[in-house]
Amino acid sequence: MSRESALVSTQWVEDNLDTDGIVVVEVDEDTTSYDKGHIRGAVKLDWTTELQDQVRRDFVNKQQFEELLSRKGISNDDLVLLYGGNNNWFAAYAFWYFTLYGHTNVKLVDGGRKKWELESRELTNEVPERAATQYVAQEQDRSIRAFRDDAVAAIGVQNLVDVRSPDEYAGRLLAPAHLPQEQAQRAGHVPTSINVPWSKNVNDDGTFKSDEDLKALYADAGIDDSKDTIALCRIGERSSLTWFVLKELLGHQNVKNYDGSWTEYGSLVGVPVALGDEPGEA
Amino acid sequence: MCGATKGGLSLDGVNVAKEAVIQGQVLRDGEPVESAYVRLLDRTGEFTAEVPTSATGHFRFFAGDGEWTLRTLAPKAETVDRTVVARTGVVAEVEIAI
Repeated sequence: MSRESALVSTQWVEDNLDTDGIVVVEVDEDTTSYDKGHIRGAVKLDWTTELQDQVRRDFVNKQQFEELLSRKGISNDDLVLLYGGNNNWFAAYAFWYFTLYGHTNVKLVDGGRKKWELESRELTNEVPERAATQYVAQEQDRSIRAFRDDAVAAIGVQNLVDVRSPDEYAGRLLAPAHLPQEQAQRAGHVPTSINVPWSKNVNDDGTFKSDEDLKALYADAGIDDSKDTIALCRIGERSSLTWFVLKELLGHQNVKNYDGSWTEYGSLVGVPVALGDEPGEA
Repeated sequence: MCGATKGGLSLDGVNVAKEAVIQGQVLRDGEPVESAYVRLLDRTGEFTAEVPTSATGHFRFFAGDGEWTLRTLAPKAETVDRTVVARTGVVAEVEIAI
């Protein structure tokens, strides 16, 4: 895994919009942004209605994922290029999701929707029509997904990387500052988790920082290369971005994303919680 | 009615008493800019949140008490930084010219 295998530039996307076997997919936190204009030919994935089970708190299952991609006209051998707003938060989440179900021919558009817009590249309202496919997914790759018991077991043992903003980590805020703050769960962080905000991975224009800068970032933060790593945030999407950096750009082994993240952990009865800016004791 | 000041976003449905709201509008030559991005940086300059502006150039954050910086990015414009103080129960309105 490397920058070359996991990322494409906005220019590369523009140059390859008409290439067969390439499907551009937009996934946004704001699920209406596709409808306000998108990259020509891009397919929309709605993370709230299409990637989440609509009853239980979980992902769509293998069969649902197969039906979804078949309906969207995505084939097993297509190269999927993911982009989205908010510095690719949800595009990275979708990248992790595609990887979870075994679709390895997938890349992120470096800088995502923001860079595309800031460069004044073309957006269209035309929705493409793609013929349905017979997509076949793999079983979930559990080596990249952490559950609550994994997070609790990792306290004081593995690298726990909490990628929320410093104020959320410390317990001063419960959600990102563009969302209302009223929530049911307790504030704080998993003891011994280190705080490396996801935003440190990216430049102002949404592109990823250089490998050298990213290596230095995690070395300085105290990541122990000899240990497995779990990334978490509030609902698992920002930590997908950090999972992407550690696993796909820096090539770390055994990196899991904890998609339950703080909205689950902070609601568990009886688990330890640390407050303030320091990681705290196991 | 409590809430929205002249030209500001409607605060219907927002419990203003419990939130430290920072909101405003991005303008170019007096006209709203709908394709801008506003980043909220905390007192140490650390990124906290980012929103694209609406069709009317508006943006809103739910911050905490203290001093914040708004960094605005837009096509064909220089980056603009503005500091703002937020306080729970108060709506800080900011107009940003690019």
